Amino acid sequence: MGDNPIRPPAAREGADGQARIEIAGLTKRYLTPKGETFTAIRDVTLTIEPGQFCSIVGPTGCGKSTTLAQVSGLEKPSAGSVKVGGNVVDGVTDGVSYMFQADALFPWKSVLSNVMMGPTLVGMPKREATELARDWLRRVGLAGFEDRYPHQLSGGMRKRVAMAAALINNPRILLMDEPFGALDVQTKAIMQNELLQLWEELRPSVLFITHDLDEAVALSDRVVIMTSSPGSVKDVFDIDLPRPRGNVQQIRHEQRFIELQGQIWESLKDEVTRAYARTAGAA
Amino acid sequence: MTTLTHGEARNGNARNEAQALDGKAIARRAARRRTTLVWIGRILLSVIVFGGWQWFTEVGWVDKFFFGQPTQIWDSLVKLFTEGTAFGSIWENIWVTMQEALYGFIVGTLAGAILGILLGSNKYLAAVVGPYIRIVNSIPRIVLGSIFVVAFGLGIFPKILLAAVLVFFVVFFNAFQGVREVDQNLVANVRVLGASPLQVAVHVTIPSATTWIIASLHTALGFSIIGALVSEVLGAQRGLGLIISQAQGSFDPDTVYACMIIIAVVTLSAEYLIGLLEKKLLKWRPPNRSEAQSI
Repeated sequence: MGDNPIRPPAAREGADGQARIEIAGLTKRYLTPKGETFTAIRDVTLTIEPGQFCSIVGPTGCGKSTTLAQVSGLEKPSAGSVKVGGNVVDGVTDGVSYMFQADALFPWKSVLSNVMMGPTLVGMPKREATELARDWLRRVGLAGFEDRYPHQLSGGMRKRVAMAAALINNPRILLMDEPFGALDVQTKAIMQNELLQLWEELRPSVLFITHDLDEAVALSDRVVIMTSSPGSVKDVFDIDLPRPRGNVQQIRHEQRFIELQGQIWESLKDEVTRAYARTAGAA
Repeated sequence: MTTLTHGEARNGNARNEAQALDGKAIARRAARRRTTLVWIGRILLSVIVFGGWQWFTEVGWVDKFFFGQPTQIWDSLVKLFTEGTAFGSIWENIWVTMQEALYGFIVGTLAGAILGILLGSNKYLAAVVGPYIRIVNSIPRIVLGSIFVVAFGLGIFPKILLAAVLVFFVVFFNAFQGVREVDQNLVANVRVLGASPLQVAVHVTIPSATTWIIASLHTALGFSIIGALVSEVLGAQRGLGLIISQAQGSFDPDTVYACMIIIAVVTLSAEYLIGLLEKKLLKWRPPNRSEAQSI
């Protein structure tokens, strides 16, 4: 992976501010089928600096995914605003890639065609797109698997395809919704390392949702704790562990990591208990 | 294996290999025996059914005037192919029926797929047209055949129409459902990557609905042939349905059975072709696990 020529980050020169995400007073209400309104997130205010890796941690159902959907422009906020690079998001934001927990791969397309989707959709000629996709498959260690179909791959390999597909357009912003949630512990660690490597090459701003506090601390520059529903920002922690982080499995044993993890857990604990009490009460 | 002495242990490897080979041979033999047994069972079953039929009608427990007899069915089958029918050679008649079924199948499938995908992807249209489609679906559509024959005469057009109507609903509902079942993550993913609504349709919605549409083609094929036949029985100048209705009029069950056999053979070959198409279009799908036999 390392000896590959790194594609010069497109439109990165002097466009750093383009990748700043400013979320201000963001509120999203949904209409339930019964006709009641349900407030998923309330008054979320958050800024992600260009090239920053920011994790959002919070109890289940606290509106983490909702926040991501507003940033991507797939949904429209009920109140407040999201600005990307100083422009208010209205419609799908340019230069954004999404990665979901369930790998959103096309089961009917080969691995190569899956990775090619991004460039094809922005109108890159087929031959160039193929070259680029091959290059990206090499970078995620899947050279030789171009013609396979997703169902023929293991969970970790599918994740790599999804990662290549998400990064191939060199996004300014990478939105990740529990991308490694469904993986086993070993595969997860490998994928985290690979993600960090690729992120350090391309430096998109990352908004990363996870339930896994260790994962959040190990990967991020900043960890945001959200309250249980309706979600809002409870605490923001800056993670001052040095970069590059190296192996995420080793970093877990460092003193500073354990301190930070402890502090953040203190903040998260109440929310988790509250959310649990609520769901247990409802059940 | 746990009680190997030293001398035996040295030979252990070689023996393991030999055992593995043995195991393979045993497995192969078991598989072969299984297929043989299955075939014996199949042949036995048909001997019992047809032999019993022949015997019962021969002895007179069952009246062969009403229920036919296998040997007579064979005779009339031979007669159909050698002497032809009152309406030209049997091949001509088969061809007419097949043409009607085929055109009906194509028209019905195209209309059903296109409308299903359109309605499935447009909530407003679906809400407006939905109840009507359900009403039309609950009407016994086969009766439309009478109207079509009256309105459009005895040519092949009313047959195609009836076959197409029957096929349409099968394909339509599957296409509609297929669009509804599209993975929303996939849609979100391509939209974020900058896909236009048309691109979402081309890359996500249509391929995803295709799986469902193809699943419906087997049923649709059966319906297209039923449509063509029924329509011919209702009134035609040519076709297997006409031969059947004529045989019915002259109290000749053997010819009816003979036509049934011909139709079955044609349908099975068409099914086979659809199976090939399915395999080609859906080659990305994981192999069906139930196809692997346990020994």
